[in-house]
Amino acid sequence: MTRAGWTGTLIFAALAALALILVARATYTADLSAFLPRAPTLRERLLVDELRSGLASRLIMVAIEGADAAARAEVAAGLAQRLRTEPDFVGVSDGDQAGLERTAAVLFAHRYLLSDAVTAERFTVAGLRAAIGDTLGLLATPEGLAAKALFTRDPTGETPNILETLGEQRLPTVDGVWSSRDGRRALLIAQTRAAGSDTDGQQEACAAIQRSFAAAAATLPAARRSVALRMSGPGVFAVSARSAIRDSVIRLSALGSILIAALLLAAYRSVPALLLTFVPVVSGALAGVAAVALGFGVVHGITLGFGVTLIGEAVDYSIYLFIQSAQRSALGPSGGPAGADWRQSVWPTIRLGMLTSVCGFAALVPSGFQGLAQLGLYSIAGLIAAALVTRFVLPHWRPHSLRSRDLTGLGTLLWRALVKLRPARAALALLALIACLVLIGHRGELFSRELADLSPIPAAAQELDASLRADLGAPDARYVVVVSAADLSTALQAAQAIAERLTALQADGSLGGFDTPTRYLPDLVTQRARQASLPAPAELKARLDAALAGLPVNAARLAPFVNDVEQARTAALVTPADLAGTPLAAALDALLQLGTPTVTAFLPITGLRGGDLSPTALARVRSAIADAMRAAPAHPSAAGAQGSLLDLKAEADALYTHYLTQAVSLSLAGLAAILALLVLALSLTRALRVVAPLALAMLAVAAGLSVAGERLGILHVVGMLLIVAVGSNYALFFDRLAQQERGTVPRTLASLAVANLATVTGFGVLAFSGVPVLAALGRTVAPGALLALLFSAWLARLEAPPTAAAAPVAGPA
Amino acid sequence: MTRPHARRVACAALLALACPAGLPAAGTDPLDEVLQGLAARRHGHVAFTEVQHLAVLDRPLESSGELLYEAPDRLEKRILRPRPETLVLSHGVLSATRGHRTRVVELAAWPQVAPLIESIRATLAGDRAALERVFSVRLEGDTSRWTLRLAPRDPAAARAVTEVLITGEHARLETVEILEADGDRSFLTVGPEISP
Repeated sequence: MTRAGWTGTLIFAALAALALILVARATYTADLSAFLPRAPTLRERLLVDELRSGLASRLIMVAIEGADAAARAEVAAGLAQRLRTEPDFVGVSDGDQAGLERTAAVLFAHRYLLSDAVTAERFTVAGLRAAIGDTLGLLATPEGLAAKALFTRDPTGETPNILETLGEQRLPTVDGVWSSRDGRRALLIAQTRAAGSDTDGQQEACAAIQRSFAAAAATLPAARRSVALRMSGPGVFAVSARSAIRDSVIRLSALGSILIAALLLAAYRSVPALLLTFVPVVSGALAGVAAVALGFGVVHGITLGFGVTLIGEAVDYSIYLFIQSAQRSALGPSGGPAGADWRQSVWPTIRLGMLTSVCGFAALVPSGFQGLAQLGLYSIAGLIAAALVTRFVLPHWRPHSLRSRDLTGLGTLLWRALVKLRPARAALALLALIACLVLIGHRGELFSRELADLSPIPAAAQELDASLRADLGAPDARYVVVVSAADLSTALQAAQAIAERLTALQADGSLGGFDTPTRYLPDLVTQRARQASLPAPAELKARLDAALAGLPVNAARLAPFVNDVEQARTAALVTPADLAGTPLAAALDALLQLGTPTVTAFLPITGLRGGDLSPTALARVRSAIADAMRAAPAHPSAAGAQGSLLDLKAEADALYTHYLTQAVSLSLAGLAAILALLVLALSLTRALRVVAPLALAMLAVAAGLSVAGERLGILHVVGMLLIVAVGSNYALFFDRLAQQERGTVPRTLASLAVANLATVTGFGVLAFSGVPVLAALGRTVAPGALLALLFSAWLARLEAPPTAAAAPVAGPA
Repeated sequence: MTRPHARRVACAALLALACPAGLPAAGTDPLDEVLQGLAARRHGHVAFTEVQHLAVLDRPLESSGELLYEAPDRLEKRILRPRPETLVLSHGVLSATRGHRTRVVELAAWPQVAPLIESIRATLAGDRAALERVFSVRLEGDTSRWTLRLAPRDPAAARAVTEVLITGEHARLETVEILEADGDRSFLTVGPEISP
């Protein structure tokens, strides 16, 4: 090796070691924060918090299918029982009667603090008479039996009132376990201790469910064991998305590498050349991850997924080196360092192509969408590293004896074909016209507008989720009022003030319904007010005597009631701990986030019949919140709280639309920068000639995807940038061919064909990924790269090849 | 929690049987004759009064209202006094409406109770086999003046309701008495038919 070779190798080794250290020490995440804006506003942070750890993020819906109803119920009950002993879960609901009875006992014990009917008026003579009369009326109905047993202790009917406020459980049960309405699934809901964003914790929880299910199913006789477990929920999604991304990255990059390796082996007929080809690829990947780790602190799983795509371009560099200089090194090792003139003839073109790509990706770096910004930085660092390794390290490592296959024959063949094709290039104008017409025809539905489209969740899993939600009557919470305050009681007071106004809105038909943590746990001020409204025993007895006149019951029978009221007057106020072990605790837990320094309360709102809220209803809810926040006299200390309405879907989609618009405008800026660079490096005419086939390829791909029914999203936009990145190399080589002597044409054509095949293979494999975003990338770039080469070749101004006899002669004379 | 369910069933049973029926069809077995007579009825609308004797109260609780029936499976009990409440059993769904609030309960939610409801449908359809699968049925008297004694076979239902006694003359149902296991009982008397 020469002195320059040693220098290059040493610098390379040092940088590679540094990158390895950075990569090994980097933090990797797979949660939704990839979608978090880098400088989130309060609303955006609430939104993402909500998605990550709020309300629904900790619920896992579980269904048991198969076998017979009794077997399903038995397994579900066994599963629930096992899960209740698992530390990963805070609650399991399965319609089990014991839980309901525990709940009823807790409600009964604290009824005078929990019932919203407890006011001073209710304990006046008239109030008592009305309440007891109501309860007597209840005794005449089928529900009377439950009330009958409690009548002497709860004659005013506070327990039935609380139960009514909590809402009745409407799920049908089979053998004491919830069942879907069609009777084909046994159902339960598990609430995990881990937040939805804690993917490791969620994975633990999913594994615990699978383990417990297997154990529960094993108790069935073998003949009835054909039960199957289905799970869904945000945590399940996070876990499966992570493993899908991981699988995709590992499996597809392995498959892509093997296919590319096979292709290159066929092209080079040399194992050392093949191995050397991957040196720039691996160096690029290392440099990319290291740069992201340095620049962002955290590397997102999805970035690694996108990073697979780097193989596509980085591998091209070494292909250009090995194939285009093949003839020269075959001529003899005595001609100085291998590829010496490659550096003068081919490298400038690669360098310009690389700079073009860097320009394109640099536009992504300022994106507010972290996933995109990371992809930009990753690609820039990766491409620069790959190109530099190809230029300064690889030529020195190439053994002098290396003889790769001479592909001049293939190149000549392609050359002839191109020259024959050239007269038909008017067809490209027609193609451009058709593509434009298609895009105009689809202009309404060209771009996707929903964050859900970025979701790595396959459609089948989303369908299962929707069907389980329908079975469980657990609609996706789209609207939620978020109340934050410095402490629990203040947050609950503000929630209570808002809830009172929402009740009015529900009564006038603006809302379908809502939930509030104060339904399960009233704030301390409200509890104290209820306590204060209870009369002392002597007073209560006197009022009862008056109230019961004419009713079929006398005060003496209601002595237990007087006792219970007296106890309630001095009882300790209800705290979250009093609800422990009941489904109420799980419900409360879902609606409260006890963080420091902020406690957040959530009031999810549903529209009429589970639909969306009308704009008028939204406006009313907003003004109700504003009204409540202006500190109602009944809740003076609620003034320290903040409340706002989040429309999760609208916020998420707005965020996505913002990302998409930004991605499109940044990409356009990138394209402008590329054009400027090309004009500077070449000339305006040549630059336009380089850009034209790329623009045409993008148009054709966009039109093709639209026709196939795909809506263009961020990943398609990124794919377009990749088409330009990869395709610019092709176009630039054709530009060079038009400037240089004819002898280099066959080798260049051959190298382009091989490089293109490698790229199309790499991205083609990605198109089959189970991760929708990766598949979108593959479906854009694979056809795009192919078309970019085809169009570049078609538009290239190549002279006709020499006669057949002269064809194999190549290289400088 | 099974007791209120059983109570609902009993109520539904009396609703079903309270409707005045047409003339009994000719049959050899008196029970068949009674059931077929009741089944011949496609709809009915009558007044009712009910007296409940509850241990916790000093005096019996009285209520009154209307009963409506549409064959084959819609029953409605409109309690008007002392506190208005409407109970509707339709296609296996029981809904209770008081003021603006309606609670809906699917009978399938209580598999131990659902067969009892099915037995009412069977009674109205004259399906004696289905009725006897759920209750042990005893007929006293003859078709001109009969008493049907229904004892729930399901142990859970039997823990709440000991027996339902239904009396009638020919195809007209007159009283329904429910004897509860704790000694409480209720007695419903069917009043005059209400013309539409």
